[in-house]
Amino acid sequence: MSMKTFDTVTQSLINRAEAMGIETGINRLESQLPQCGFGQLGSCCRICYMGPCRIDPFGDGASKGVCGATADVIVCRNLLREEVGGAASHVGHARHVVLAFQKMLEGKAPGYKITDRNKLMDIASRLGIKTEDKSDIEIGKEIVGKALEDISNQNGEPMNWLKLSAQSREFEMWKEQGILISNAHNEIEEAMHRTSMGNDADPVNLLLACLKMGLVDGYAGLHMATDFHDILFGTPQITTVEANIGVLDKDKVNIAIHGHNPVLSEKILEWAFKMKEEAKKRGALDINVVGVCCTGNELTMRHGVPLAAHNLQSELVLITGAVDAMVVDMQCIWPSLAMIAECFHTKLITTEPFVKIPGAIHVPFDVEHADEEAKNIVMMAIDSFKERKGEDVHIPKEKSVGFVGFSVEAIVGMLKKIDSSDPLKPIVDNIVNGNIYGVVGFVGCPSIKLRDTFMTEKMTKELLKNNVLVVTTGCTAQICIQAGLMDSSATDKYCGEGLKTVLHALGKAAGFDVPLPPVWHMGSCVDNARIGTLLGALADRIGVKISQLPVAGSAPELVQEKAISIGTWFLALGLLVHIAPSPRILGSPVATNILTKDLENITGGKVYVELDPIKAAAGIISHIKHKRTELGI
Amino acid sequence: MKEIFIDIERCTACKSCEIACAVEHSLSKDLFSAIFENPLPVKRVYVEKAFLFSYPVKCMHCADAACIAACPTGAMHRNHEFGSVVVNNDKCMGCWMCAMVCPFGAIIPDYAVKTARKCDFCPDRLKEGGKPACVEACPTNTITFGEMKDLFKSKRLLSAERVAKAVLVQEDKEVTPLEMLRSIENI
Repeated sequence: MSMKTFDTVTQSLINRAEAMGIETGINRLESQLPQCGFGQLGSCCRICYMGPCRIDPFGDGASKGVCGATADVIVCRNLLREEVGGAASHVGHARHVVLAFQKMLEGKAPGYKITDRNKLMDIASRLGIKTEDKSDIEIGKEIVGKALEDISNQNGEPMNWLKLSAQSREFEMWKEQGILISNAHNEIEEAMHRTSMGNDADPVNLLLACLKMGLVDGYAGLHMATDFHDILFGTPQITTVEANIGVLDKDKVNIAIHGHNPVLSEKILEWAFKMKEEAKKRGALDINVVGVCCTGNELTMRHGVPLAAHNLQSELVLITGAVDAMVVDMQCIWPSLAMIAECFHTKLITTEPFVKIPGAIHVPFDVEHADEEAKNIVMMAIDSFKERKGEDVHIPKEKSVGFVGFSVEAIVGMLKKIDSSDPLKPIVDNIVNGNIYGVVGFVGCPSIKLRDTFMTEKMTKELLKNNVLVVTTGCTAQICIQAGLMDSSATDKYCGEGLKTVLHALGKAAGFDVPLPPVWHMGSCVDNARIGTLLGALADRIGVKISQLPVAGSAPELVQEKAISIGTWFLALGLLVHIAPSPRILGSPVATNILTKDLENITGGKVYVELDPIKAAAGIISHIKHKRTELGI
Repeated sequence: MKEIFIDIERCTACKSCEIACAVEHSLSKDLFSAIFENPLPVKRVYVEKAFLFSYPVKCMHCADAACIAACPTGAMHRNHEFGSVVVNNDKCMGCWMCAMVCPFGAIIPDYAVKTARKCDFCPDRLKEGGKPACVEACPTNTITFGEMKDLFKSKRLLSAERVAKAVLVQEDKEVTPLEMLRSIENI
């Protein structure tokens, strides 16, 4: 039996797995405990073969590696390599989408089209592309050219997407600090180079490189991916969806889409709709596409697809025995899924040439043949449904509902109904009068180490009680929707009086007969770009730097390297970034001091580590209070 | 009486025991807080290198302990609850006789407090029915904790198996490991 206790749905499926003798992450974590102290502090160096070297955190043993690297050098090099892992994932994701868009423009990917023409034109104009007398295809090609320059430029000019998406106050601050970036691929290459044996040994210089990697992630990753997603598949609008594993339906063909890239999942959804009749012929009521992890968030934001599971539940959704096919693309896909799928009729289908799992079926997906391949995959799921007959299925009944689709465009559109000439005014006024005490962005993953403490839910409720509005993305958003925090009923249940008043008024203005929820789902993890855009717009409207706003970021249950690079981008923007569990920096006094204290004098941002949810919320609120005092409100 | 058993063949020199030992002897007993304590907590187990092996050297809580015999003040004594050899700091005068006679080098003079520093067998953990910190932290089961008769029994079973396997290989029989184990049990 597991030593931890989770929410009812998660727990019931863990119990089922244990009864069936199927191992899950919970069991594997227990067999990993206690975890290595050097690893947790970041003070183990495996970069060269004179090592591995470890620095004794208690000062009793080695204080330097074989090459002479101190704990400061080792920690900062390791941190930068973590940043590279995160930023490379997002830049790779964005590049994949840009190239799909380019193929579509060249007529080679007939399954795709320009869905949001307004966004296309908006980006073109902000990139300085002249649009008169040009077709959408021509404009699109010029946009692609600008995007590809950001991974090919050798002239040292600042990246197009950084100029396009960042505010001038932050741009000037980065210029002054010498951390503007020109080419994402060069930065990734240089970061790997400078951290290899015998290069950069200045911890401060390495930490500046970390900030640059944060900008790489923010602009060549997050912003670029979100912009092209919106052009290709549409910009999200506010809608309601159902969530939790209970959205599976035993009488339907259940297809769980898992991963991050909507280029694949959009086509699966389209073909699932087109092939309903095939499914019915084989005895199913319908085809039920449900979302896991961030590609789930992408589909829910644009099409209201039910959100079945966050990353930690990706194994458990298979334990139901009701999933006919799980189709995955890239990132956060646990190798264990193949071993679990094998215990049922479930087909695990991998689609990316660089993401293969032994035991899974590999269907290489390329955008040129998207329709054929998506149809083929959906057909495999329908066939798999037939094999399910007679198998024992356990779908927990619990489901929740919530609002999703809070893109900046959707928020501004809603606010325009109150003040069409100055849409942000109602938000700014309510921040000034304290009805909205502050805004906190929750990002990241569900941590297997903290999930049983209900870290995210407890922190969120504590912030709402203190009139802090919460915006969220990624799997953290799924935790919130499952906890009912995105339902309009949460507003009266959890919010302080001021925030309650604002959300009631906004709900009315938006034309809903209920208040808006207190936690806004802004999308997948690349959609942290939307949080950046919102903060930039607010700062611009008030005429201050982002670092002066009464806001903060939090990765309350850090798992992925991507959360490290997103968090670093937030630090570069000047935000307080709360992180739990601790990032692997505490082995270095220099890194710890700079990241938790001195950085505030440079970008305005700083790291705040706290594992207790109530204390963490209190720490964030005191930061917001300080920012409000400085603004004189 | 449970004791520590060390299997040199399993040690990978990861030093997890050293960290866990220092954390156990900190005020907070938490890694992330312990590294900020002043004075820093100190370990009582030392991973040392010997040829191709590594070995966690620590007090073996000897049944006939030379350190107890050598101690002129009675500071070094036996804790009868756990069978461990421990120092009474109030009686220790820092003569280091214990360190000189210890065949393992497991007792270290602590000049800051002028007393001998050694493994205390994690009494707080044992009182709660737990294992010493180094045992719990060891990822390869190099350091195990149990009744000596059980620990030796399992070692004897392993060597019996090793001999039996060698015999089977010599006779060139193609058998699965399970069949091998069964044939060992039937002998």
